[in-house]
Amino acid sequence: MSKYLVDKFLFTIDRDPELVERYRADPSGTIAWWEAEQAGLILNCHGQERSTWHAFTDTERAALASHDYVTLFELGAHNFLLLTLFIALFERDYAEPLAFQREFAARLGHWSLPYPDIAT
Amino acid sequence: MATVAAVIASTHHPFYYKASTSAGSDRPPFADEWVAKIAAFRETLTAARPDVLVMVGSDHFHQLWLDNMPQFLIGKAPFYDGNWYNEEREFGLPRMFLRGDEDLSAYLLRQGMDAGFDLAFSNELRIDHSITCPLITLRPEADLPIVPVYTNIFAPPLPQPSRFAELGRTIRRLVESWPSDKRVAIIGTGHLSLELGGPRQFGPHGPDPEFDRKAVSWIASGDLESALAEVSLDSLWLPGNATHGFMDFLLMMGVAGDGAKADYTDSLDLFHTMEAYFTWYPEGTQ
Repeated sequence: MSKYLVDKFLFTIDRDPELVERYRADPSGTIAWWEAEQAGLILNCHGQERSTWHAFTDTERAALASHDYVTLFELGAHNFLLLTLFIALFERDYAEPLAFQREFAARLGHWSLPYPDIAT
Repeated sequence: MATVAAVIASTHHPFYYKASTSAGSDRPPFADEWVAKIAAFRETLTAARPDVLVMVGSDHFHQLWLDNMPQFLIGKAPFYDGNWYNEEREFGLPRMFLRGDEDLSAYLLRQGMDAGFDLAFSNELRIDHSITCPLITLRPEADLPIVPVYTNIFAPPLPQPSRFAELGRTIRRLVESWPSDKRVAIIGTGHLSLELGGPRQFGPHGPDPEFDRKAVSWIASGDLESALAEVSLDSLWLPGNATHGFMDFLLMMGVAGDGAKADYTDSLDLFHTMEAYFTWYPEGTQ
């Protein structure tokens, strides 16, 4: 499991307006590009000084490539990162205010405490 | 020595700015009541005539990240830019610009470390809505220098609740020993019961009204002893998966002082989470 890497993906996409649109339009392509070229970047360090050991599991990669926030929640992705990015991706498709947020909650409705561990 | 002119604790609802500035059909039905409550709350800071604001909040994965995560951090910079792209996107928050008080920052860092808190520091900190929201509600002119204090309520492993309270007591003591004639308001924001990215989010009320009722009572009466006896890092998951932000209220109760009853208390039951507002006047009621 590479929970930190999933969070790193959510974090780096969420803070960049171009990447938010790219991930919305082409999730599989964005994941492939990001895992190959961006995953190893140590934020705040020169691009040559990269981490060499990051990779998603197949389950993580598939969940990210299908915008499957339920599975990402179940894998222990950080709840705040998950919510914030997915609001940016999909809130616009719903006519009523907060309709996406409520659907997000409903789709996790089978969960009770304890939730999946978000510690990294 | 400096004077603690006011101690203020509140929630930081990022939707306030949009709700309060919207008009016509975009204006939510609860906006007028909310604006009236905020206007009254703002007056509690204005009446204290502060010169400097110590602002306690928590970065929401904006500048601070899991590759290098401090537990407690104090900003020491001449200026602070405020708010981030994803806060403009989701909440419509404006970009802000604040002056810093480097002298007080340096004092809190040096003395805080000597008092047992190995504080992280930042000389270039872009503050987020945990600090800009209370500025918008309490001091929209954004004309006073600030000292940002960030806590980790967000990325486990977290410090224990008792450490938040103890840091608050320490900040109070240090501000009171700061060699300055300035009037300092210490302002901090946290959460009551709150769920983000989970099945209980965005309900008609906060996820745990019973916790909220107890929490408001603890804060208003300054009952740190009961609060610390009842909450733990494990128990705070129960009222909602983002309720660890309550530890910033514990910090502010430490600033206010054990057993210190708030001079001003108000709350507003909103969708998703309850708003709550508290002010203490260490010098006596204004």
